[in-house]
Amino acid sequence: MERPAWAPRSIDISVPSVSRIYDFYLGGSHNFEVDREAARKAMEFMPGLPKIMQANRAFMRRAVRFAAGEGITQFLDIGSGIPTFGNVHEVAQAAAPGARVVYVDHDPVAVAHSQAVLEGNEDVEVIAADLRKPQEILSSPQLERLIDLNRPVALLLVAILHFVEDADDPYGAVAELREALAPGSLLILTHASYEGIPLPAERAEGVVDVYKDIRNPLIMRSREAIARFFEGYDMVEPGLVPMPHWRPESAPEDEDPYAFSGFAGVGRTA
Amino acid sequence: MSAEPDGPEDRLRRLTTIWSRAVFPVTSTSLTRAEFAEQLLPLARRLSHLLRARSFDSEEAKAVGAALVDAHCTDPEALTRTLDCVDAYLVLYCGEDGPQDELRMRSSRLQHAMAAGYAQALRERTLAEQEAIAQAALQAQGVVAQALHASEARFRAVFEGAAIGIGIADLEGNVLQVNEALLRMFGGSEHTVRGRNVMEWTHPEDAPQTWKLYDELVRGEREHYHVEKAFNRPDGTVLWTNLTVSLLRDADGEPQYQLALMEDTTERRLLNLRLRYEATHDALTGLPNRTLFFERLEKALGAGEGQRFGLCYLDLDGFKTINDSLGHAAGDRLLVEVADRLQSCATAPGEMVARLGGDEFVALTTGPGTEREVDELAERILNALITPISIDGRDLLVRGSLGIVEGPAGERTAAEVLRSADITMYRAKSAGGNRSELADPEADARAITRHGLTTALPTALERGEFFIEYQPLVHLGDGSVRGAEALVRWLHPQHGVLGPDRFIPLAEHTGLIVPLGRWVLEESIRQAREWRERYGEQTTAGPLRINVNLSPCQLSHPGLVQDTVEILERAGVAPDALCLEVTESALIGADDDLLKPLRRLAEMGVDIALDDFGTGYSNLANLRRLPVSILKLDRSFTQGMQQFPADPVDLKIVEGIVTLAHSLDLAVTVEGVETGAQAEQLRILGCDTAQGWYYARPGPPERLHELALVDATG
Repeated sequence: MERPAWAPRSIDISVPSVSRIYDFYLGGSHNFEVDREAARKAMEFMPGLPKIMQANRAFMRRAVRFAAGEGITQFLDIGSGIPTFGNVHEVAQAAAPGARVVYVDHDPVAVAHSQAVLEGNEDVEVIAADLRKPQEILSSPQLERLIDLNRPVALLLVAILHFVEDADDPYGAVAELREALAPGSLLILTHASYEGIPLPAERAEGVVDVYKDIRNPLIMRSREAIARFFEGYDMVEPGLVPMPHWRPESAPEDEDPYAFSGFAGVGRTA
Repeated sequence: MSAEPDGPEDRLRRLTTIWSRAVFPVTSTSLTRAEFAEQLLPLARRLSHLLRARSFDSEEAKAVGAALVDAHCTDPEALTRTLDCVDAYLVLYCGEDGPQDELRMRSSRLQHAMAAGYAQALRERTLAEQEAIAQAALQAQGVVAQALHASEARFRAVFEGAAIGIGIADLEGNVLQVNEALLRMFGGSEHTVRGRNVMEWTHPEDAPQTWKLYDELVRGEREHYHVEKAFNRPDGTVLWTNLTVSLLRDADGEPQYQLALMEDTTERRLLNLRLRYEATHDALTGLPNRTLFFERLEKALGAGEGQRFGLCYLDLDGFKTINDSLGHAAGDRLLVEVADRLQSCATAPGEMVARLGGDEFVALTTGPGTEREVDELAERILNALITPISIDGRDLLVRGSLGIVEGPAGERTAAEVLRSADITMYRAKSAGGNRSELADPEADARAITRHGLTTALPTALERGEFFIEYQPLVHLGDGSVRGAEALVRWLHPQHGVLGPDRFIPLAEHTGLIVPLGRWVLEESIRQAREWRERYGEQTTAGPLRINVNLSPCQLSHPGLVQDTVEILERAGVAPDALCLEVTESALIGADDDLLKPLRRLAEMGVDIALDDFGTGYSNLANLRRLPVSILKLDRSFTQGMQQFPADPVDLKIVEGIVTLAHSLDLAVTVEGVETGAQAEQLRILGCDTAQGWYYARPGPPERLHELALVDATG
């Protein structure tokens, strides 16, 4: 008899994964040929894609340090992907020893790898969960073990919301998470957009098509639409800006033109 | 560390800056360029040492190459740019004043070793990462497989352990899998179910839509359906199920399988059939009962044009006597035997016999020819009862009364038909029993009206629908009004004014006559007092008297004397103003107990009149015994005097009666006086008082005042 239709689907590594593609862009080898193939296809349209990822990582690093500087010691990174280098816990624990980090991803391979890499780190947990179901994240025992929701938390939604379609109500999910956070918590967010890409939009659409083909649609949103994710937050200076402009530590002029694609921002709950 | 301008440290830093500028764009580090340069500075220092060291340490050079990989310069372009930079600037910035050729040679070897170290480190890192991600994928698959296994195990447990039958078939109908419960339902062995095709399981009792629903489902036009369905078991028995079939689709929504859930309802169905049988059959005789009979009758009455029905309603004559004398067990056996005989009378299609209860049976015949058939059926039934029934060694003669109703379908309701049959049966019974009567609409109507009036009587009294008319009693000697007879009327909301003959027998039958009679008495006495108060002393012959009829039922009612006394006393009317009229038939054979109350009333001064005298077998000798003071001659005697000359025989009879009455000290009143000649004749014959249309018809009490006043003044 064939597998009944109600059975859960197994992991199919012949299907490209967003997190492994991301790893490839960052020069990692935590990926398979299918992932690299998809990544190279996307790079045909936008050769500077790795620079966007790099700019994301750099922004995240600055933002985590900023959060640590604000006295925050609890970090919730949703859509953490495959740990490579300069991960949140490394940056956070360097800036604030004892900082606690919970990683969340819905890619079982990314989660399994994270668990292998982070084994033995008492202050880090990895949860297999989906941003679209915030309650599963908030009520998980791992989160409960490490994070006290009565104290401020830095919530990282870095390069993830552009993978959630409007039909899945990303705004609702973000609002639900916000409601669970104590005052003084930070939302650290980046999001893809056609705005700022140093290419005609038609070229960039080629990348969108690639992600559509791998059944992981990339949703480009306008700055205005991205700003709406910060509803209920006060924007931290300098607001929602291209990544290199957010509290730069080196001259933005030196940055690759691709680094200015999309937006980044940090908000604080009242 | 201090960096004096153009000192060794400053030169080292300048080299590092050039290096970092060249490599930074091709790294994927998240550090800033300045931070990245800080990472490169120690490497540059190590290169500087290696350049100038006495002997060349290739391992150390390889380590510097490997360190590049650790700084996330995993793009080979980073190595190219690094080597370009080392080649061009290392000797220049770090060679100090050493021999240029040697330094160049050393730089070249150094570059080779760095490249080898970088390549090895990158290879190791790549392999390690590949290994790690493959492990992670395996691990994740293991977790999912485990979850899948657990889920499958759970589903298997549900599937196998379920109390309802579960089966899965593909869309062609091939049965792929069934559970234990389903196998048990089908009788156990697997090959009878598995591998078979769903479409083989047609059954003669399949509802018309069953297979249409199936087709819609397998075509993907329907998600599920629910039917009651029968299956043939291999052993020839029938399995009845509540069957729910659902369409299973794959993740893309394409129809894949059909899932059947079935519940064995065979037992329940049998039970239902038995309950249905028990609910529709008489436990004693096994005949269909009232419920089933009504269903059939309704069906027959609802049949199309040209269809008719015939009904025989049988009630055994004197069954109660048999029950009372021989006991219920014998009665029951008699009923069973009667049922058997009746059943043999109605064997044709469209015929049935049912027991309605007690000793009441019905036989029904349906079809176009029932006009003739129903008579034959009735005859067969009466014939079937001719042979005596032997119970406990006694031969019992059983007779019955049969009411027959026949007619076309579609005109009457079952209840109406049965009522007509019941009424007709009672006519047969009243006519002596052991016969059949055919329903007659007029007789039915009468009976129905009777029934309607009977049930309306109690509320009629409450609602004050009765009223009284008074017919004057006139003294034949002087023509003066002496009193009046109270005659009760019923102003019926539908039927209008009804005379006592229409409802007094019904009131007698139901016992309502007692309160009704009391009301008439009260009302009449009240009227008598009114007359007395107004005119009592003006009439020549003394106060006006009131005559009130007393029915046999009232006569035997124990409260008669007390009620009468109370009414008279309450109204303040003397007993001699009242005359109670009792029919002769009510007193025939009356014993002393019955006469006692009359006697007491007579002793108090109430007059007792013997009404309708001369209609029964008048026992003249008996007259002496009765506490009676007035004879009221029946109107049949006066009818003969209406013509002229009067019937001489009638004259003789009346004369004789009057003589007899007077000799017993009884007054004589005649009824039905309609002409002056009649009145004169009766006066000559010696009658005392008279009433009739000649004087006045019964009317409202005011009429009597007028008559009395005319009489008084005239």
